[in-house]
Amino acid sequence: MSYKAKFKVWRGEGGEGKLEDFTVEVNEGEVVLDIIHRLQATQAPDLAVRWNCKAGKCGSCSMEINGKPRLGCMTRMSTFSEDETITVTPMRTFPVIKDLVTDVSYNYQKAREVQSFTPPSSVRPGEYRMKQVDVERSQEFRKCIECFMCNNVCHVIRDHEENKTNFSGPRFLMRIAELDMHPYDVADRQDAAQEEHGLGYCNITKCCTEVCPEHIKITDNALIPMKERVVDRRYDPLVWLGNKIFRRGDNGK
Amino acid sequence: MTQTTPDAPVRRQRAQVKVRTLRTDRWWLTPFLTFLGLSSFLVYGVWAIIDNSIFVDPYIAPFASPCLAEVTCPEGARLFGWAPIGDWYTLSPGLLILALPGGFRLTCYYYRKSYYRSFWLSPPACAVQEPHGKYTGERRFPLIMQNVHRYFFYAAILIGLILAWDAVLALVHKPLGLGTWILIVNAILINAYTLSCHSCRHITAGRLNHFSRHPLRYRAWTFVSKLNAKHQPLAWASMFSVMGADLYVRLVAKGIIAFPYA
Ligand code: SF4
Ligand code: SF4
Ligand code: FES
Ligand code: FES
Repeated sequence: MSYKAKFKVWRGEGGEGKLEDFTVEVNEGEVVLDIIHRLQATQAPDLAVRWNCKAGKCGSCSMEINGKPRLGCMTRMSTFSEDETITVTPMRTFPVIKDLVTDVSYNYQKAREVQSFTPPSSVRPGEYRMKQVDVERSQEFRKCIECFMCNNVCHVIRDHEENKTNFSGPRFLMRIAELDMHPYDVADRQDAAQEEHGLGYCNITKCCTEVCPEHIKITDNALIPMKERVVDRRYDPLVWLGNKIFRRGDNGK
Repeated sequence: MTQTTPDAPVRRQRAQVKVRTLRTDRWWLTPFLTFLGLSSFLVYGVWAIIDNSIFVDPYIAPFASPCLAEVTCPEGARLFGWAPIGDWYTLSPGLLILALPGGFRLTCYYYRKSYYRSFWLSPPACAVQEPHGKYTGERRFPLIMQNVHRYFFYAAILIGLILAWDAVLALVHKPLGLGTWILIVNAILINAYTLSCHSCRHITAGRLNHFSRHPLRYRAWTFVSKLNAKHQPLAWASMFSVMGADLYVRLVAKGIIAFPYA
């Protein structure tokens, strides 16, 4: 079964551009990325789109489909009605290079700013001994495919460009939580999360969780637990007192 | 066609899409319903503070429990017959404790999400632009105060136990009363909501990095985590159950609901 669908696709270089109308064939079982490829093959040979695996695993094809951040390769055409006009735009939070391709270097910059895994100096590689239950929590976060749709949808930077300097976005706050929960990491992540990476900007409204294609519970399992750890460190007088009296540092955890 | 090199100014610009959102679904419906739900709770709460029909043996209205005032709490309504607030206090007993469950819900991570979205529109829904020019989040006063949530959690544990005790008393004195079973259901939901709290999850074992060294706490954490995944539905269920139970007791106390097993 095939039909002609109406598409509006953002075209332009840099920030300037406009939505261009297309009518294009859709066949059974196809996804939005297939349609973009058909446009390239038939009507718009210079249409730029970033993609790689077409299997929802490389995180390249992030775009906004009818205003929602989605992976183009995982959005089935069957989820739209045949008379619906489908609007495809680049991710809104990042600068556009061309058409649907955005410059995501903000994310790489923020990734570099997170202090890497820091084991105690007494433990050598090969000597790590961890039980499965101790690493289970962080394993959820390792499913991330770095599509950056969570950072794209987060209103802290999506609606306020000026916050980009001080806010690392859910993707990297989750990375910090992952390291902070790691049994062998000794770096101070809690002050850094709050002071340098802007955890306090997050108001836990969960849009990152809503768009994550890997269904990682970013807010519930990384951001809120990290906020609670920051409360321990900075805002809870009883924990502070307890740590003074019992000298219960991170090692006791 | 212009060439875009990495440092060309045009490359620093986002797509100049001129509309607030391109979403085509009814994204406004959830914040709208949330707004109505939370508002109804506020309006009911104000009424419940003014209203004095808080007790009809053996039921006590949850909004007024524990009842601590000498003048305004009838004999049987007091917790273990105890009324520490002397005769100088003549206002509603609910007012004395309001801050605890109120503060617990106000600083709850789920309620925060829901009112930031539905009242403050920050953001109203995902990928829908918020109407504010500036945004600083929970970094400074007053919102930095949200971090006291765990203290409200400790208080909420006490309130939960007291509501459970109220239900037990009702069960002992009037096992076949409809009100008894309403209070029991409410006590269960309130306690489930309290235990599913994110701070509770953190305190049980979330703050640890070596679960394997604390097997008991790890098991408690696993249990709380399961409840925690239901925190949103429990927040709504317990909010409506406490309103419903409170209203029911007051209507019985006023004689508006009157049948043998009321
Ligand atoms: S939960 Fe926090 S990090 Fe995630 S989208 Fe919302 S504000 Fe951003
Ligand atoms: S956390 Fe989810 S949404 Fe964010 S980059 Fe990773 S896979 Fe994408
Ligand atoms: S092309 Fe790899 S995730 Fe879509
Ligand atoms: S009660 Fe909702 S997070 Fe604590």
